[in-house]
Amino acid sequence: MLNRYYRVQAGPEGYLPPAAASMGVMLPEKGEALVEGIIVSEEEAMQKIAEKIVNAKNPVFFPGPNILWAWNDSVLEKAYAVNDLVQSSGARVIPMPDYRPKYPMINPEVEINPNHPNLTIWHNHIDVCVFVGVHCHYANIALKIIRGGTDCYTIAICGEAGHEDAMISLRDVSIDTLRRLNDVIKSTGEGLK
Amino acid sequence: MNKGLVKISPCFEDVMPQEYKELVEKGSYGQDYGVADLGSFKELIEEHPLCAGCGLALSMRLILASLPNPESTIIVGSTGCSALAFSQVALHNIHSLFGNQNAVATGLKRALKLRFPDEIKDVVVIAGDGATADIGLDMVMQSWFRRENITTIMLDNEAYANTGGQESGMTAEKAVLNMAPKGKNFPKVNLADVAQVAGCAYVATCNPAKSRVLEKAVKRAILAAREIGPTYVQIYAPCPTNYKLKPDEVLATVKNREKEGTYPTGEFISAKAQELFESLEGGSK
Ligand SMILES: Cc1ncc(C[n+]2csc(CCOP(=O)(O)OP(=O)(O)O)c2C)c(N)n1
Ligand code: SF4
Ligand SMILES: [Mg+2]
Repeated sequence: MLNRYYRVQAGPEGYLPPAAASMGVMLPEKGEALVEGIIVSEEEAMQKIAEKIVNAKNPVFFPGPNILWAWNDSVLEKAYAVNDLVQSSGARVIPMPDYRPKYPMINPEVEINPNHPNLTIWHNHIDVCVFVGVHCHYANIALKIIRGGTDCYTIAICGEAGHEDAMISLRDVSIDTLRRLNDVIKSTGEGLK
Repeated sequence: MNKGLVKISPCFEDVMPQEYKELVEKGSYGQDYGVADLGSFKELIEEHPLCAGCGLALSMRLILASLPNPESTIIVGSTGCSALAFSQVALHNIHSLFGNQNAVATGLKRALKLRFPDEIKDVVVIAGDGATADIGLDMVMQSWFRRENITTIMLDNEAYANTGGQESGMTAEKAVLNMAPKGKNFPKVNLADVAQVAGCAYVATCNPAKSRVLEKAVKRAILAAREIGPTYVQIYAPCPTNYKLKPDEVLATVKNREKEGTYPTGEFISAKAQELFESLEGGSK
């Protein structure tokens, strides 16, 4: 059933939560972003991201293959910009180097994969996580599993059209966006001191 | 693939799991490693959930060490025990619906030819005997009739192992399995001969007890598939669990079967393939 009021919030929502899109959550247009299923301006979403990260007990970035591997120079530039975000956030990094399910189990201490992202989140007690550089379809499935089985707050920094299944999602993220977000995180962190 | 591509973004090097660092530093991408080098480089498969002594596991290890261009190889698998190990393999691989593997490989190979006309992309099907000789036989043979440039490798454990031991077309006559208690009452399918008449440019039957022969067959099959047309390699890879062998009896079983002539090994080399192998000086890279 289409529900206009479906909110994409931290779980655990239970086994097989619905895809947010199937509950009526729309992707934002250019210049916009999503916060918990509601379309807001990019600036507002950036501020919310900063608040979530600086107030988190254990924020963790999950960089994916798009930036972990040095495909070309522009990827390297993005990787460095993401790393600046990590530093300003005082966050930990747990990589998603590829999408192998690695049945029967991955090592949740040092890696995350989209097929059992909950294992890494439970193991490391992660309360806020940031997806960046993960291919869309794998990010979608992982975000849904996380919402289903954990209480972790999910943020997607996306270079394409954004992710309805994340609690906060930016879209069309460029180097410039990453730098602006970094400034917002820094100033929000300063405000806490 | 440009071998230089496999590099870690420097700012994330410290958080990359050891396994990936080793794949970059000591892996087989862009190298000319073979089975003789096993133990000296980071392999494409290390951990796997298959049973102790599984003939499939050893065969897969040998196949992966024999690929002429692992960095540009895509494996297409099918349902069955080997599929459980492929989720650990550090190589592009596609798990297709049971029996569809050669159809999926056909589409993939054709797309890769269009997308990368000047690059080598090896598409290699690796599937069980049930997937190859029974349920997927239609797709397998049609790909041979159409002369697709793909390699088909059958991991023949002479059973539907993953579902608890039903007989397959490749099970030997009279063999008794958990779910074939009266014994099979028709002979083992001779798929190697079928492959030959169906248009394969190169066909080999081999086993993991003779690792260098297996390596040569895999390399030859892939090189001939690139240049000429379909190729088929059938590997006898017993299942200790369903055939009630001890893990350390698997290789002896393979050797015995070859010795007593119930699982012969050999090659069929078409004239074109012969020419190709001669020009490549014995089928090396
Ligand atoms: C379309 C379809 N039919 C049947 C099955 C059930 N099934 C799963 S594995 C398997 C047997 C596989 O046998 P084989 O290809 O010989 O592989 P092995 O497990 O022996 O390595 C079967 C019948 C399935 N998964 N999908
Ligand atoms: S059941 Fe047989 S084929 Fe399957 S993993 Fe175990 S030993 Fe290997
Ligand atoms: Mg089998």
